[in-house]
Amino acid sequence: MFEYDPVLYSRILTAITLSFHIIFATVGVGAPLMIAIAEWMGIKRNDPHYTLLARRWARGFVVVVAVGVVTGTAIGLQLSLLWPNFMQAAGHTIGLPLFMEVFAFFFEAIFLGIYLYTWDRFKSKMKHFLLVIPVVIGATASAFFITTVNGFMNTPYGFDLVDGVLTNVSPLQAMFNPATPTKVSHVIITCYLTTAFILAAIAAFKLMRGSNHIYHKKALHMTMVTGAVFAIATAAIGDLSGKFLHEYQPEKLAAAEWHFETTSEAPLVLGGVLTEDNEVNYALEIPYALSILAGGTTGEEVIGLNEFPEEELPPLFVHYLFDIMVFIGMYLLLVSVAFVLMNWHNRFNPIKRFNGFSNKMLWAIAAGGPIAMLGTQSGWFFAEIGRQPWIINGVMTVSEAATSSQHVDIMLVLFSILYAILGVTSFIVLRRMFKHYPVEHELVERGIEREGA
Amino acid sequence: MIEYIGITVLWIFLYGYLIIASIDFGAGFYSFYAKMTDKKHTIRQVIDRYLSPVWEVTNVFLVFFFVGLIGFFPATAYYYGTALLVPGTVALILLAIRGSFYAFANYGARENNFYLFLYGLTGLFIPASLSTVLTISEGGFISVEGGDVKLLMGELFTSPYSWTVVLLAITSVLFISASFLTFYAKRAGDRDAHELMRKFTLIWSGPTILFSFLIFVTLRNHNAEHFNAMLEIRWIFLFSLLSFLTAVSLIYKRKRTGIAFIFVCFQFAFAFFGYGYTHLPYLLYPHLTIYENVTSPEMGIALIMAFIAGLMLLIPSLFLLLRLFIFNVEYARGEKKTY
Repeated sequence: MFEYDPVLYSRILTAITLSFHIIFATVGVGAPLMIAIAEWMGIKRNDPHYTLLARRWARGFVVVVAVGVVTGTAIGLQLSLLWPNFMQAAGHTIGLPLFMEVFAFFFEAIFLGIYLYTWDRFKSKMKHFLLVIPVVIGATASAFFITTVNGFMNTPYGFDLVDGVLTNVSPLQAMFNPATPTKVSHVIITCYLTTAFILAAIAAFKLMRGSNHIYHKKALHMTMVTGAVFAIATAAIGDLSGKFLHEYQPEKLAAAEWHFETTSEAPLVLGGVLTEDNEVNYALEIPYALSILAGGTTGEEVIGLNEFPEEELPPLFVHYLFDIMVFIGMYLLLVSVAFVLMNWHNRFNPIKRFNGFSNKMLWAIAAGGPIAMLGTQSGWFFAEIGRQPWIINGVMTVSEAATSSQHVDIMLVLFSILYAILGVTSFIVLRRMFKHYPVEHELVERGIEREGA
Repeated sequence: MIEYIGITVLWIFLYGYLIIASIDFGAGFYSFYAKMTDKKHTIRQVIDRYLSPVWEVTNVFLVFFFVGLIGFFPATAYYYGTALLVPGTVALILLAIRGSFYAFANYGARENNFYLFLYGLTGLFIPASLSTVLTISEGGFISVEGGDVKLLMGELFTSPYSWTVVLLAITSVLFISASFLTFYAKRAGDRDAHELMRKFTLIWSGPTILFSFLIFVTLRNHNAEHFNAMLEIRWIFLFSLLSFLTAVSLIYKRKRTGIAFIFVCFQFAFAFFGYGYTHLPYLLYPHLTIYENVTSPEMGIALIMAFIAGLMLLIPSLFLLLRLFIFNVEYARGEKKTY
């Protein structure tokens, strides 16, 4: 097909592993929080529906965690196998957050085991609820630590570069690099948002399929209220991320926006197609918006792509990824806020007369689950491809970091087969788990409802 | 100083993985055996009850080791990473199949023969493939020419030493696992399972100690320097042998199975730390030593602080996990229905 090139194969294998991993990792970070909220509501409102919701989500969560753990182990080791030079440099600078991430993961693993097997063991429901807190903390903390590593790769910080060697390292400065605040908050909040939408999609799907059970309505309401909160927070953090890029990675922002000339009063480009000689066609331009996004005022000067040497520019198709991510974020925001307003009975609320449980609305929510995951994927692809050709921005290029081994192509095939098997199996297992044991049965079995209620 | 703290911490975690993962890997094999010979109600329930809450924790020990290794000794990423692409990938894929299928199996697949076959088989292949890393660290299996690191597969496959390591890994897994399950079955009050696991412990004790001796013999030819260093502290290996004899005789007499398991842990601790101590200062003989490749002092101190803080969280949590599931007789007997 093409000539054997370990750098290219390593990139493809890393991309496949990571994009498969984040499907499970995203839900793995978000689900404990949703489970905790549901269990809390069950206790506070003394409503067994919410408790059962937490219980059923937790059961599905186990499958997600299992695949998340094994693919996470895979990427952890793959980093050393495929990018030995990078890991050697990283060991000197960001060994600390990598190490801490494993601690967080350890903490989560221990309490998850306890949480899952003690549902009916304690007299006090509160005691069992408390066990989920370390799981939430562990899941979010591991996202925090690992994202600081990625932040470092984007804005390396906390060391001196002497003749190409990283010396005088300050581990804490490297961990709290300039990218850390925006990147970490963006990653964590979108994990929550995506998970809320995936869980909402399940409830919406059930309601669409004709089940009119109050259980699904409660699930939908809870996930949409939290989803709306997370969507608003995502939009606010997205704005801060724009300002961060403007200051620290202007080439990434410029590539995302096809912004060639350095100007103030820069417009924001939505959609469109780029021709071979870098003309933007069919795009919607919003005047001043890029300057406002970057600096808060229309007068802000935004650096264009022409200022950078060509070999240091990321590929320009990242614009499409950026647009997909932003559009999906907007869609999720609109749907969740609309649903919440439709169910909010205040006399000044203009859209309370619409039915949030109408088929159209349910469709929009059900579509939101997979779309949210697509948004997460395109966001990561944008972030990662947007810093090409660097693996550590400005310090080490991707081709300097890759392995020289001659066997990466076989590994790519083996791992692809593995992920295909894992993906299909987890889909089948999750589907069967909920299909063979519908909530109506479980409600009766646990004595929460009588037959036919 | 940092290099010694670092390597000690890492070695302790690798030892933790050795014991915990052995129980897990061996249990997979015994589970498969029990199903095939239709003894499922004697030992499989005991195995499942133990594994369910802890399977995820096992994986963490391994991740901990290699992340810590790269943190403390970054150059290992370069040498081992380049050389181990193929065996590392094989081990990873086996681990992935095993870990995820354990979770999938909670929802119906447990009685499937093919699944149990895979689960049992990977349990023996993983220790075999992971143990090759220790073999490689003895030197002679990696060529370094002009910055190009290559694994010499041919040498690895024809070396008597590397095969002894693999066989020792497999027999140890079966022995450690059986001795733990003997204890757990007795605690659960399951007489049949106890008898069966006792038999397995005794069966595997012989090969385990045989291959331990063969390691000395083959290492003498492979790496004389290391062999001589081990001879100098032979008292450690004698302690290991004594612990082994104590454990086996207790299990033979059906007495104090918990203490017997602790002696099994001592047996492997003496051998493993003795082996590791004499391996120093080399991380990869003769290319990498701990002195030349340790991380900067700042990072070293940060890692040690993180490690201490982490332990303060982990030890009480692990204790809670053990109290709720391993040392809880009601749970071990399966009297409390959960999940």
